[in-house]
Order: sequence, then C-alpha cells, then structure tokens
Amino acid sequence: MMKTKKNPEIDMRTRIIWGVLLIVVGLIVIFLFAMDTQPGQMTKFGLNLSQTNAILIPDLIMPTQATTYLLALVLVAFGAFQLARGVKSTSTLVAVLAFSFVMAFLVWAARDKSFSLVGMLGSSFVRATPIALAALCGVISERAGVTNIGIEGTMLFAAQVSVIVGTLTKNLWIALFAALLTGAVVASLHAFLVIKFKVDQIISGTAVNILGAGVTSFVSSRFLEKNIDALNNSGTFPSISIPILSKIPVLGPVLFENTPIVFLTILLVAVLHVVLFYTPWGLRTRAVGEHPKAADTLGVNVYLMRYINVILGGMFAGLGGAYFTIGSVGRFDEVMTAGKGFIGLAAMIFGKWTPIGAYTSSLIFGFADSLQVKLQILQVGIPPEFLLMAPYIVTMIVLTGVVGKAVAPAADGQPYEK
Amino acid sequence: MPVLELRGITKTFPGVKANQDIDLTLEKGEIHALLGENGAGKTTLMNILYGLYKPDKGEILINDQKVDIEGPNDAIARGIGMVHQHFMLVPVMTVTENVMLGNETTKSGVFLDREKVAQRIREISDQYGLEVDPNAYIKDLPVGIQQRVEIIKVLYRQADILILDEPTAVLTPQEVDGLFKIIHSLIASGKSLIFITHKLKEVLHIANRITVLRLGQVVGSAIPGEVDEQKLAEMMVGREVNLVVEKKISQPKEVVLKVKDLHVNDERGNPAVNGLNLDVHAGEVVGVAGVQGNGQTELVYALTGLLPLKSGTIHLSGKDIHKATPRQIIEQGVAHVPEDRQKHGLVLSFPLLDNMVLCTYYKSPFARGVNMQEKVIAENGSMLVKQFDVRTPSIFVAASTLSGGNQQKVIVAREFSRPIKLLIASQPTRGLDVGSIEYIHSRIIEKRDEGTAVLVVSSELDEIIALSDRIAVMYRGKIVDILPAGATKEHLGLLMAGVKPEDIPDSAKKKSAGPVEKVF
Repeated sequence: MMKTKKNPEIDMRTRIIWGVLLIVVGLIVIFLFAMDTQPGQMTKFGLNLSQTNAILIPDLIMPTQATTYLLALVLVAFGAFQLARGVKSTSTLVAVLAFSFVMAFLVWAARDKSFSLVGMLGSSFVRATPIALAALCGVISERAGVTNIGIEGTMLFAAQVSVIVGTLTKNLWIALFAALLTGAVVASLHAFLVIKFKVDQIISGTAVNILGAGVTSFVSSRFLEKNIDALNNSGTFPSISIPILSKIPVLGPVLFENTPIVFLTILLVAVLHVVLFYTPWGLRTRAVGEHPKAADTLGVNVYLMRYINVILGGMFAGLGGAYFTIGSVGRFDEVMTAGKGFIGLAAMIFGKWTPIGAYTSSLIFGFADSLQVKLQILQVGIPPEFLLMAPYIVTMIVLTGVVGKAVAPAADGQPYEK
Repeated sequence: MPVLELRGITKTFPGVKANQDIDLTLEKGEIHALLGENGAGKTTLMNILYGLYKPDKGEILINDQKVDIEGPNDAIARGIGMVHQHFMLVPVMTVTENVMLGNETTKSGVFLDREKVAQRIREISDQYGLEVDPNAYIKDLPVGIQQRVEIIKVLYRQADILILDEPTAVLTPQEVDGLFKIIHSLIASGKSLIFITHKLKEVLHIANRITVLRLGQVVGSAIPGEVDEQKLAEMMVGREVNLVVEKKISQPKEVVLKVKDLHVNDERGNPAVNGLNLDVHAGEVVGVAGVQGNGQTELVYALTGLLPLKSGTIHLSGKDIHKATPRQIIEQGVAHVPEDRQKHGLVLSFPLLDNMVLCTYYKSPFARGVNMQEKVIAENGSMLVKQFDVRTPSIFVAASTLSGGNQQKVIVAREFSRPIKLLIASQPTRGLDVGSIEYIHSRIIEKRDEGTAVLVVSSELDEIIALSDRIAVMYRGKIVDILPAGATKEHLGLLMAGVKPEDIPDSAKKKSAGPVEKVF
C-alpha cells in the first residue's frame, strides 16, 4: 500500500493560517497590553512561597512595557518567518503562541504589583490532579472498549463516602481506601449494565452521573449539614516534602511539596503507561478495545478484561473523588466536582487516549483553572464570572480546534457479542 | 489414521439447522476442500471445530482421541489454527503484537519481549516463504500480506491442522498464486489443511479431496479429476447451473453516457481520475477492467454524484450532469449498484420494504404529500421479493439479517425495477455464490437487451470478460485502451499492469479456443 503523500495545497494553507494567526495575536498583544502600560512600570513575579523548604532566590522583576513589546515582537517575527519559510512542527507554533500570549497577559495584568508565579504553577499541579485521575479512568476504560461518562458521578460518590468514613474513623488512609472501594463499586455497576446487559453506555454513564449528583446532594442536605462535626469534618492529608528535591528553588515547591494524592497520581500515570504499552495485560486490554473478536479468537476473555479495566478505572475516579474532600478541603459540598469529570474526558481525548498525553492535557486545564483564581486576586478588571469560565473555554477550544484528529479505540463504546 | 474426524455434528440456531449430522475426516498432509454456497454451514462447522460454537450433538476426534473443545484456547492447545474469512487483526498494532496477542512472551515475567517474538516470526517467514516485516503496522499492509500474518499467527501457536476460511475471497489473482505456494510448503512440512471456499476452479486446482455442503448437510464428496466444475456446481446449488453467460451479439444504439476529460480527486484530495474519456451506448455493456485503486471507485462516485469533479464534463443523453446531486442523477434514470453494498447500497437496520424504495419513497405512489403510503410500500416490497427471488423470511426483517447474495438481490431489485437509461454496477458479484452470480449476471444482460446502457466495474477479470461487449482498461486514472469482447486475458492483464497498448506483443492478443467461461 502506498503511503499517502502530504498534500501541498493543504500544507500551504495551514502555513498561511498559522502565520497570520501569530501576527494577529502579536498585534493584539500590542494594542491590548503593551499600549496600556507606562514606561516606568515594573512587574514582579514571585518565585518563592511564603512558607517554604526551598532555598530562597530573588524574585523576577521586569519592566512591563519593554517585556510586553518584546513578546509581541516575538509573535510577529515568528508569524513573518512562518509566512516566508514555514516551520515544520505545529506544536512549536502552539507553544510559542501560548507562551508569549499568556506571559504578555500576566506581565500586563501584574503591572505595578507582585504575582506569585510559583504559587500559580504549584496550584496548577494540584488542580490538574482530579482532572488527571478522571482522564486516567477514561483512558483505561475506553482502551478496553467501554465508554465511561459516569466519572463525574463516581467522583461525587467517592468524595462523600471518603469524608464520612474519614470523619468517623479519624483515619484518612481508611477514608482513602473507602473512596477507592466506592469508585470500584460504582464502576462495577456501570460495567455490569453495559457488559452483561449491553445497556447503551452513554445512558448508563448518564444514569451514574444523575444518581451521583442526586444521592450525594440528598445525603449532604439531610445528614451532613446538620452534623458537620460528627460526619463532615475529616481533615485533610498533610503536605509531604520530599527531602532534598523540595529544596530546589521553583521546582521544589511546585513539584516536590504536595499531598499524597498528587504524588500518587503522577506515579499512576507512569505505571499505567508502562502497563498499557509494555505488558501482556496492556496488549490484551488494547486489543479488546480495538478488535474484541480478534482477541476472542486468540483465547483472550473479552468480558473479563473489560470488567477488570472498568473497575480499575472506577478506582482511579474514586481517588479523584477523594482529592476533593480528604485531599483538599476536608468536607463535602454539594456537586463540588464542578464538571471536573467531564473535563477529564476532554483531557483524555486531547491526550489521544494515552496516560502521559492525558496528564499533560490535564496540566493545561489545571493551569487555566489556577490562572483564573490568581487573576481574581489581582483584580485585573475582568468580571470574575468570565474568569471562572476560563477552564471550560479552554476545554472547548481544545476539543474543537487544537486537538486535530484523535482516533478513539475502534471498538470504544460497542458491546461485544460472541 | 485421520488427524481429525468429525462425527455427526449437529448445530441448530433459532429457526435454522446450520449443521445436520456432518461427518468429515482429514488425513495427515491432506488439503481437504469444504465447498458450499454462502449459508451452507461451512463456517458454522469450522467455528464448532475452533470452539467458538458448541455443537448440539456429535463428537470431535483428534488423532483418534475424543476431545472436548470449549473455546479457542482448547482448539489452539490441540493444534488447530484458523484463518478467518474476515481477518482477526488489530489494525493499529504491529505484526509482532498481533502475532503474540493472547500468547505473549515476556522478559522477567512482566514486560513484553517484542524482539524475541519478532525473531520467531522471521524464522517462520523463512521456513514457509511468508515474507513480512514484523514491525509493520497491520493498517499499512495490503490484504495479501495481512493474510500471511494470519497464517503466521496460526503457525506461531504450532498448529498442525489449519483451517482457511474463504482465503481467496479478498485476494488478487497474483496473491492467490502466492497463497497456493504457501499452502504447498505447509503441506510439505506435514501440516493438514481444511480449505473452505465456494470457488470451483480453486477447489479443482488445489484440493486432494472435496466435500460439498448444502443447507447444512453433506451432499457428497469427490476427488478432483473425477469431477468437473459443472458437476460440482450442481452438487453445490442442487440444480443444473449455467456456468456460461448466454448472450446475443449486442445492438448498440445512441450514446447515453459521454464522459470527457474527467478529473476527480479522491476523498483525501489526491488526484484519482486524470483526464478520462468514455462513451457508453444504449444496449451495450462496457466493462471497466483494472487493478483496484486505479481510480475506478472515484470514477463511479463522480458519475453518481458522490464525489465532486475537479474538471471535465459528464453528459447523460446529452444533458450535462456534472454538477447534479445524487438524487437528480437518479431521477435522470441512472441506477447504481455500489461497490460497498452494506455502506452505500442499503440501510442495514431498515426492513427490506423500506430499502426497496430508497430512491423513490418521496414520490407517488409511495408518498402522498408528506405521508408515506405504507400499504403501497409493503405491496411493492412483496412483489419485488418474489420477482427477484430474494430469500427472506419476510419483508419486515432488517436488511442486515440477509446473506450477502440476498442483500445484493435487494439492491438489484430496487435499481432494476424503475425505468432506467444507464446502469452502473460496481463489483456486482463480489463475495457472492454461484447461484447468485448466475442470477445477477443474467439480470444485467437482460437490462442490456432492453436497451439500457450498462457500465460494469469489476476487479474480477473473468466477470468483465463474461459480461462486456467492450472492455475499457483503466490504469492510473485513465482509460488506456478499449478492446472488443473477444480480447484475451493476457492482453488485458498486460494493459492493466501499465504496458502501453503499442508495446503489447501480437502473441498476447491471440484468442485461445473455447467458449468464454466464468470462474467462481
């Protein structure tokens, strides 16, 4: 079979589109940000947290006007180069575009003020965690051929169960275990319905979501709110500092001083990547999601593989649910997951159904989320309602434009009949 | 002592006796052909042997030992390997990954040892002449090579009994020759083989013994040399079969389809048809021959309005239709029997009666205003099912439940039953059995004799030769030459391979004696 040649016409068109886009964004930076600054203004980026193990380093102070103009120049220059010669890799273009624009925006927004860059990066990792866990749940289920859109509901159940168990037993590790168990139970319900009875997977997932939101809200308003100290006050996991590594400036506070759930997530990403692509289990899982009949004729038990993977996925979602309560605030609020389960699905697609890709895209969503919070503190003059939309707008842009053609596992969402 | 013996195998599906008291033996080193029409129960029998179905009755003996086969794992453990008709390969995985799936070799008990398996694949390749790159992705491989991967999969599991289910259905003639070589090398190394097919010529060519199935029962067995195609076809179908398309000399009249300097891009935007010229007259069959992928598909799509033209003109009875929509083209009297009958020919989940009116449902008498006339549609369905001999329990069952041959008859019934000027039939008999092929061929000739212009596109050279009054050879998006009906296969083959018409040696143009014959 012949390899398809790249179509020169399409190449030319994307080249021009990217070139023009870069220049336009460069001009936006000039008109919106650079021209709004005064010559003497300075922007201070904090590189240390107030309470930190890390070695202190000086903060980054830069002249606002010069920096914004410089970044605009970078954008325009890249755009011009793109129009004239063309850069091979689209990801370079995306990186230049995103970095320059976001930096210019931050430099402008924090003019005459101080902005904790490290704080924002650190909270990006934290806020990415539930999204990443939801995405991992999606990855492992869909790789085995089962769509699970019930992640949101699963996380709500797990969040609530873990806070109640944590408050009653006063042991957060038991609470964490309860969250994993809850995730597994809810996922096995979904698995049972869609694998055994071949219920439509979207409907089953939606049912789980509605059930999750309904039951947890009911329990919350009926029992938890009245007995906060007895049922809804578990405390949270303390932050763990990894010795030596946490002393590195910037990187230390961002990466190596976190709660166990954040570390566990990063570990899970690595483990799941190795399992999926380098072990017999992963090979069978992917085969079952791509061409179950082929796996069946080679003696692989399709149903069993699907059950186990969906249930494992449920445990990831359970861990994600635990993050919301025992991992961050120590109490349960109604529908506190706020769509993170669905954003996780977007991260899964953006990450092309790979654990590492899903985690990277979760970081982008986490970044958008934490940026939004910091900007509210800075009071940049954009209404907070709009800032709150940031993560969701990023989700939509990513899903419509940047993601390109991501190919789902071929048998994703289809029940298997012998 | 036979290596495999099936005794009294019976399997009933709801409403169908798929296998009835079937006895079968396979000797060591033998090629045993299992011949039968689609739906005769060949695949069911083999799926029972491979453990995918459980028989209601009967027993299986391997090397004179009675065995229970509960699932593919049991079959594999007992040395049975199956190459399925629809390949069981994961397209996005490599050859190595597909071969080891379910039987993985690991490093330190945990990690996949791709290198070791690739090495083993290379050894198998060398031993049996099954050349393939272990690191290639399945989706990048042509069908012929994919089939090799399937055979390697079976050999990797050290099978001694190989079942090949319709292995030639998807192959080009050259690939079939390659497969036969491989089969011989397998037999030479002591393997035994069951070869399932409905193609008579192949059976006579390669089998040591033939068992014929019809409607789930063994109707006879034979040894090649003692029977001929005619006899086998009769055993298979259960009545006398006409293997030669009988037709009178054509009486071409006015030009119906006129294509001038046509350029069409394929769906990816690459040029597929490059300046094609073609005329089709009323009352003649023009066959388009060519190796698949030379723009035939895009030509048909352009003619039927499914792909836009880049340039050029298409005239139907003098009317320009190059910008017409598929519906406008249909209303001009063009019938289309599409290449992919399940994707473009039918709505599989719709019942037959609705599929029968897909081109005309919005017109009287099937619709009055916005109301569908269900009674008229049902009457029309019943009438066509009878008239076109569609074998179905009822007109209310979904099209997906019919066999390939009957699905094709539904399409033919719909397209042929309305007034048409031009018939475009693309791969009209692909994957069909003798009875259905005979039927569809005779219907096409009937249409021609009624004065319809017919364009047949097929990758089966024998079909083109059997049907056509003129044969247009397509190569790289152009018609390179148009030959009269009596052209030789050799001549056509050279043109299809890209040899220029002026370079064809005279020896290739000479016609061998004997009637034009069809291959099944």
